[in-house]
Amino acid sequence: MGKSLYEKVFDRHVVTRLPSGQYQLLTGLHLIHEVTSPQAFSMLEGRGLGVLMPERTFATVDHIIPTKSQLRPFSDSLAEEMMIALERNVKKHGIRYLSPDTGEQGIVHVIGPEQGLTQPGMTIACGDSHTSTHGAFGAIALGIGTSQVRDVLATQTLAMDKLKVRRIEVTGALRPGVYAKDVTLTIIGKLGVNGGVGYAYEYGGAVIDRMSMEERMTLCNMSIEGGARCGYVNPDETTFRYIEGRKFAPKGDAWGRAVADWTSLRSDADAAYDDVVTLRGEDIEPVVTWGITPGQSVGVTGSIPSSQQFPESERGIVEEAYEYMSLKAGQAIRGTKVDVAFIGSCTNGRLSDFEEVVRLIQGKGFKVKPHVRALVVPGSQAVRRAMIDKGYDKVFSDAGFEFREAGCSMCLAMNPDKLTGREVCASSSNRNFKGRQGSPTGRTLLMSPAMVAAAAIAGEVTDARDLFHIA
Amino acid sequence: MQDVKRIVIKGRAVPVRGNDIDTDRIIPARFLKTVVFDGLGEHSFEDDRAQLKAAGKTHPLDDARFAGARVLLVNRNFGCGASREHAPQALIRWGQGLQAIVGESFAEIFFGNCVATGVPCAVVDAATAEALLSAVEKDPALEVQVDLRTKTVTAGSASYPFSIPDGPRTQFMEGRWDSTAELLAAKDKVRATAAKIPYFNSYGS
Repeated sequence: MGKSLYEKVFDRHVVTRLPSGQYQLLTGLHLIHEVTSPQAFSMLEGRGLGVLMPERTFATVDHIIPTKSQLRPFSDSLAEEMMIALERNVKKHGIRYLSPDTGEQGIVHVIGPEQGLTQPGMTIACGDSHTSTHGAFGAIALGIGTSQVRDVLATQTLAMDKLKVRRIEVTGALRPGVYAKDVTLTIIGKLGVNGGVGYAYEYGGAVIDRMSMEERMTLCNMSIEGGARCGYVNPDETTFRYIEGRKFAPKGDAWGRAVADWTSLRSDADAAYDDVVTLRGEDIEPVVTWGITPGQSVGVTGSIPSSQQFPESERGIVEEAYEYMSLKAGQAIRGTKVDVAFIGSCTNGRLSDFEEVVRLIQGKGFKVKPHVRALVVPGSQAVRRAMIDKGYDKVFSDAGFEFREAGCSMCLAMNPDKLTGREVCASSSNRNFKGRQGSPTGRTLLMSPAMVAAAAIAGEVTDARDLFHIA
Repeated sequence: MQDVKRIVIKGRAVPVRGNDIDTDRIIPARFLKTVVFDGLGEHSFEDDRAQLKAAGKTHPLDDARFAGARVLLVNRNFGCGASREHAPQALIRWGQGLQAIVGESFAEIFFGNCVATGVPCAVVDAATAEALLSAVEKDPALEVQVDLRTKTVTAGSASYPFSIPDGPRTQFMEGRWDSTAELLAAKDKVRATAAKIPYFNSYGS
C-alpha cells in the first residue's frame, strides 16, 4: 500500500516520539506576525532561551495595520505598541522582517507563497489558523497557538499528533461563475464545521488539477473552517511554474533537484486514505452563507433552510443564526440588502481574485450602489503594486470601490476597518462568526469576490452570473 | 518553571450551552491588541454577555449563581475558528479561573492551546453533556469534579465517564504540559533530522 503526501512529509520531519505519545515534528518554515508572537517572545525571554534557527522564521505585520495609510506612528496606540514589540523582537533575535518599508509586507498567507518561501514538502507553522493556506503547495501547514510559537522559536519543532487523511475529490468541471470559494463553502456545508476534526484534507480530482495556485490557496485556506487542521493539494506542474523564479525559490542546479524531490512526495496512486469524499464539480453553485458559521450556507438561487432540515443537535445554532442574522427560514437569500462589501483577506486577496472582478466590471459602467461602502484591500504590497501597474485601482475607484493599502482589513477588524451596528457585509473573507467584523451585532455573508462585487453593485445579494452575464 | 499537577479539578461549574462556539466569541479580536495575556479574563464572552444583557437576559458567566466556577460545561465543537491561545488564556483568568472544560467535542487547535495552558478538556457523550448542563442549571451549587485518574466527571451523586487522549492526560497528571522543556531535550536529534531533509540543506547547492 502506498503513502499519501501527508504521511511522507510528516514521517520525514519526525525528530522523535515524545513521552506524551505525540511526535516531535521539525518545522521547515515559521511565519510570525504581530498578534500571536509577542507573548511567545516574552515567554522565551522569561526562560533565558533564544531562537534556535532564526533563518527559518519570517515576520510581517498584517492584522493590526491600518489600510487607509500605513504611516507611523499608528493613531491606535495599542496597535503602535504591538508594532514596536514586533520590531524589537525581530531585531533582537535576527529574524527577517518583511516590513511595510521593504515593499514586501502583506497578509502572512499571501506573502509566504509570493516570496517563494512556501514550497512543497515543507512543514510550515504560524500562529494563525489560516496557515492551512500554504497546503496548496503540497506542504503540511499548521495553525498553532502562542505557546507553540514559543516552542518553534526555541526548538524549531512542535509536539503534534499524526492526523488521519481524508481525500476530497472534486470531479468534472465547475460551471461558469463558480469559483474555488464556492467549492470550499460547499465542502464545509456538506461535511460540517467540525467534520474535519482529526483530519488533514487532501484535495484532488479534475477540478482541483485545473485550478491555479491562487485558487488552490483559497481552497486550502478554509480547510480549518471545516475543522481540518490542514489541507493540501499534491504538487504538480502548476505548482512548480508558480514557484520558479520567486525570491526564495531554489535556483540553478538546485531547482531540478527540488522538483525531483517534490515530485517524489506526491501521494502514491495506491495510497490508503482514512476516508474519501467525492463531489461533482457540476453540482456546485455560487454559495452564500446566511448564518453564523461557515457551514451555514446556501446556493445563491436557494432559500434559508428550515431548522427541521437539520439534525436535532444542530437546531440550536440554526435558531440562534436566524435571530442574529434577522433571517427567516424559507426566505430567498437573493435580495438580502447589504451595507458593506469587502474584497480581500488571506482567502481572496490575491491578484487573480481582483483580476476576475475587473474582468467582470470593466468598461460596463457598473457602479457600487450609493448606500454601500465597498472596500478593495490587496493582500500584499506586491499585489497592490501589480494592481496599480495594470490600472485595476482606477477600475475599482471609478466603479465606487475604495482601493486600500495591504492588510487583513475587515476580515477580523483588529484595525480601523470595521462594521458598525447591525450592518450586513458581503465579504470575500473566511469567517461569519458573530461579531467577527468588529461590530458585536454586525452580520457577515461569505461569498466569492465576484459575488461580493455583484452585491456591492446591486446593493443586495444577487446572482453574479445574471448581473455580469456569465455563461 | 514547572507547573503544578492537574489531577482532580473540582468546584462549582458554569454551563455555556451551544454548538460551534468559536474563539471570536470566547474572546473578541479587539481584545487581542495587547502584548501580554493579563487582563483578558474580564473580556471572556464579552459580546455574548453584552448582547444578552441588552435583551434583558443574563449570560451564565454573569449569573451570580455560577460565580466562582472552576469547571466550564459546553456542547459540541467548542473553540472552533481562530487559533488564538488568548481564548483559554482568558478563561483561566475569568473569575476564580476556569480550570477544566467538559463538553461533547473540542476544536483541535483549541484543545492543544488548552493543554499548553494547563486546562484539561474532557469529552463526554451528548447525553452526559445534557445531564451535566441541566444538573448544574437546576442546582448551581452542585460540586462538579473532573477526575483525570479515573476519567470520570461527577456532579453531585451522579458520575459519568469521559475521554481524554492518554498523552495530555499524563502530561496534566504529572505536571508536564509545558512542551518547550521536553522539545529542547532532543536538540541534537533536531539537527540530525534537519541534516537529512533536502530543503534544510538548500537542495545540495
